[in-house]
Amino acid sequence: MAQRFDRPWRLNASLQHGMDPPLTRVLLYYAHPGHRYSHSNKAMWDLAQKVDGISRVDLYSEYPRFNIDIDQEQQRLLDHDVVVMQCPLFWYSTPSLVKEWIDLTLEHGFAYGHEGTQLKGKTLLMALTAAGPHDAYSKEGYQRYPLRTFLTPFEQTAHLCGMEFASPYVLFGSLRAVEDGRIPPHAEGYRRLLEAYRDDRFDLTKASELDVIEAEHLNDLIKD
Amino acid sequence: MADFLLLAFIFLAAGVIAVPIASRLGLGSVLGYLLAGIAISPLLAALHVDIISIQHFAEFGVVMMLFLVGLELEPKLLWEMRTKLIGLGGLQVGLTTLVVTAISMALGQPWTVSLAIGFVLALSSTAIVLQTLNEKGLMKSDGGQSSFSVLLFQDIAVIPILAVLPLLAMPEVVELAFAAAEGGAHADDAHHGNGDHGTSLNLIAGFPGWAQMLATLAAIGSIVVVGNVLTRPLFRFIAWARFRELFTAAALMGVTGIALLMSVVGLSPALGTFLAGVVLANSEYRHELESDIDPFRGLLLGLFFITVGASVDFALLTANLGPILAMTFGLMALKAAILFALALIFKIQGSARWLFTLALAQAGEFGFVLLSFTTQNNVIPSAVADQLLLVVALSMLLTPLLFIAFDKIIAPRFSESSTREPDDIEGDSGIIIAGHGRFGGIVNRMLRGAGFKTTVLDYSSEQLEMLRTFGFEVFFGDATRPDLLHAAGIDSAKLLVICIDDREHITTLAKYMKAHHPNVEVVARARDRSHVYELYAAGVRNIVRETFDSGVRAGRFAYEVLGLHPFEAERLARQFTEDDRHTIRLLSEVYREDLPLSENPEYVALAKRLMEEREAQMKGGGRGFTTRDERGWVPPGKNDLTAILSDHAKRKGES
Ligand SMILES: Cc1cc2nc3c(=O)[nH]c(=O)nc-3n(C[C@H](O)[C@H](O)[C@H](O)COP(=O)(O)O)c2cc1C
Repeated sequence: MAQRFDRPWRLNASLQHGMDPPLTRVLLYYAHPGHRYSHSNKAMWDLAQKVDGISRVDLYSEYPRFNIDIDQEQQRLLDHDVVVMQCPLFWYSTPSLVKEWIDLTLEHGFAYGHEGTQLKGKTLLMALTAAGPHDAYSKEGYQRYPLRTFLTPFEQTAHLCGMEFASPYVLFGSLRAVEDGRIPPHAEGYRRLLEAYRDDRFDLTKASELDVIEAEHLNDLIKD
Repeated sequence: MADFLLLAFIFLAAGVIAVPIASRLGLGSVLGYLLAGIAISPLLAALHVDIISIQHFAEFGVVMMLFLVGLELEPKLLWEMRTKLIGLGGLQVGLTTLVVTAISMALGQPWTVSLAIGFVLALSSTAIVLQTLNEKGLMKSDGGQSSFSVLLFQDIAVIPILAVLPLLAMPEVVELAFAAAEGGAHADDAHHGNGDHGTSLNLIAGFPGWAQMLATLAAIGSIVVVGNVLTRPLFRFIAWARFRELFTAAALMGVTGIALLMSVVGLSPALGTFLAGVVLANSEYRHELESDIDPFRGLLLGLFFITVGASVDFALLTANLGPILAMTFGLMALKAAILFALALIFKIQGSARWLFTLALAQAGEFGFVLLSFTTQNNVIPSAVADQLLLVVALSMLLTPLLFIAFDKIIAPRFSESSTREPDDIEGDSGIIIAGHGRFGGIVNRMLRGAGFKTTVLDYSSEQLEMLRTFGFEVFFGDATRPDLLHAAGIDSAKLLVICIDDREHITTLAKYMKAHHPNVEVVARARDRSHVYELYAAGVRNIVRETFDSGVRAGRFAYEVLGLHPFEAERLARQFTEDDRHTIRLLSEVYREDLPLSENPEYVALAKRLMEEREAQMKGGGRGFTTRDERGWVPPGKNDLTAILSDHAKRKGES
């Protein structure tokens, strides 16, 4: 077990800096194959660096050749309570490496199935950016379904693993968000959201009443 | 000298003409040689050639063949054969001897002569059977292995038979002899000519029994020890000189030395070399030895078969045609019946049972040896012996026909089992790695890591010894030599990975493969770009530049260190690789072997164009190569976006 302390993403780093241990251990995954061209996700990721006491993994950076280290990933999951998956919406789903990560990491016997109870009680929070505007993601809109419909595979994945699927944090109209000046508030909100999760100040019950959470909802959901 | 040249020419010409014809007709090489011998026998008679002494010399081919057989047979396999060897072999020799003895007694021969005849005819022809089995690739099949077990047992049995035969000349002492300890008492009479040559080198014949025993054990022990311990330093010593023919000389020296040693202690030379072969079966020099000895074996056996053909006494045959033919067919039928019965008892199944039955139904070259030995010792009257010689020769002559019968009539009926057989025909891996240095070593480790068996050839004995100590199966030799490739199993190989480092050797080998083994996949190491062209022209398609991939990886690390996102670095590296491969492929198409690159106008023009294209891209602020997939991850631009949104608006309006 001693080797655990060598891992850079361990929370102990913050403990050693004399801080109180976080109430909730947050593990932030980020996946964007075109990070270099990103606006919204990049801004979010940059601010997330400022949040102390959480662990962060850039999946495409760690596994550029898709050579996922299953043992390491499972250990990461074991060591945390909340798993955040931040990525852009690509074809109503996640970028492909996330799928690969799910396929390999959520093994039978570990995450689900016989004796696969290791993730029970943990929470999965998706943080997504979608080019389509919010109103397009409705029965009447051109995307024809609400966003949550597209996320059902992930919701059910979490459910099968005994995890809570929290209401996702979403930036709609992401491509126009730069012009509209919506990126800074969304990124700032993201930071607050992560901190609130970390400190157990996020009202999960209230949040669960919402299909998706946008930056403007945060004031209602975060307890001070 | 001129005599020798004339004789050599006659034998060589006979073989060179007859064997291809026989092969073309599907008769096999053995029958070809035998017929050649018959054809030249009048000529040899006119020249007063001593065929028998040539035959004795040529029998050394059998010794070599057993050495080669031993090389293919690891000690483990030999141990697994032990039941067959003793059971099948012992019963075959014992039963055949008994029945033949009984019959010839019934025909009115005294029991001593009958027993001698029994011994003579019980043995089969190692030369013909092994040669044919090898030629047909049946050696490792069930029938082949069973036949081989019996032949090996016969080879061993010759030794006690030679000891007993002289006693038969003096029936009154036989009883005594059987009571006395074996060997000692009558060693003087039994000038144990070693089975194969008839030369009498036995130096220990006068020793007391226990001393003979000790000497024999010491001889065998020394083969095992020398084979295990001395071969390696010896070959390394020779490797220094870097003369190919020295290996051949050393291999021949080894085989003759062992034969000599065996003769000295009164054992069969064939048995000794066989044992040496088994000892060396696990050695990295196995394939080298095999390819060194093999041509000699082939030539000597060929000569041997020719002499068998030439020694048929047609005058005697025509004078006694009826009885001799009857004896020959009777003998073969009898031997076949006994073999068939044994095959049933030992549960040899399917076509293997028939192969076993038909293959061993003849008398063999040991018969010749024993016959001359018995006449010398006055056991068998020479009139009878001459007729028996004919029977033995005729039965050998007929054996190839039995093999043809097996091929044409029996094997097709069991086609299912015979198509399954090739699976275990070769212990060879089907994957040959030529060169096990820094490059081939990686390939080998990868293949083995994935569970593939490989055969590795390398010319550096130090390298090999190191690998040996790690338990790798590696063989010494120059992979560009066709005979060595053959010995390593190229004929049945799936894949050859060329990892040697000499540019010209790589190309030579690639060209050889294209010309002679177009169906074997080749992966070739290229020294540099222009070598790629060369190999491409030689027909290789799986070409790997030896430093390209590591260069690309170094470049990728550089990207990362410079702050590029690792995934971007990865994609750029991939794209660079693709682009480079693409250009090299284009350039390979215009490469011409007969022109240096700079004098090939097409090449120069294309190279220039490709270079300009990439330069233009770089000046345009882009990269020399672009990543195609990047576009997939770049969202549409502002203008596209406005257009998309207005499209949506329109569609909304319509619905
Ligand atoms: C391959 C690809 C597929 C996409 N599929 C969708 C989609 O199904 N729905 C959607 O709303 N946006 C889609 N988009 C737009 C992305 O969601 C948008 O580029 C991203 O949210 C912008 O975030 P960024 O600035 O961090 O790159 C897609 C973009 C790409 C490149």
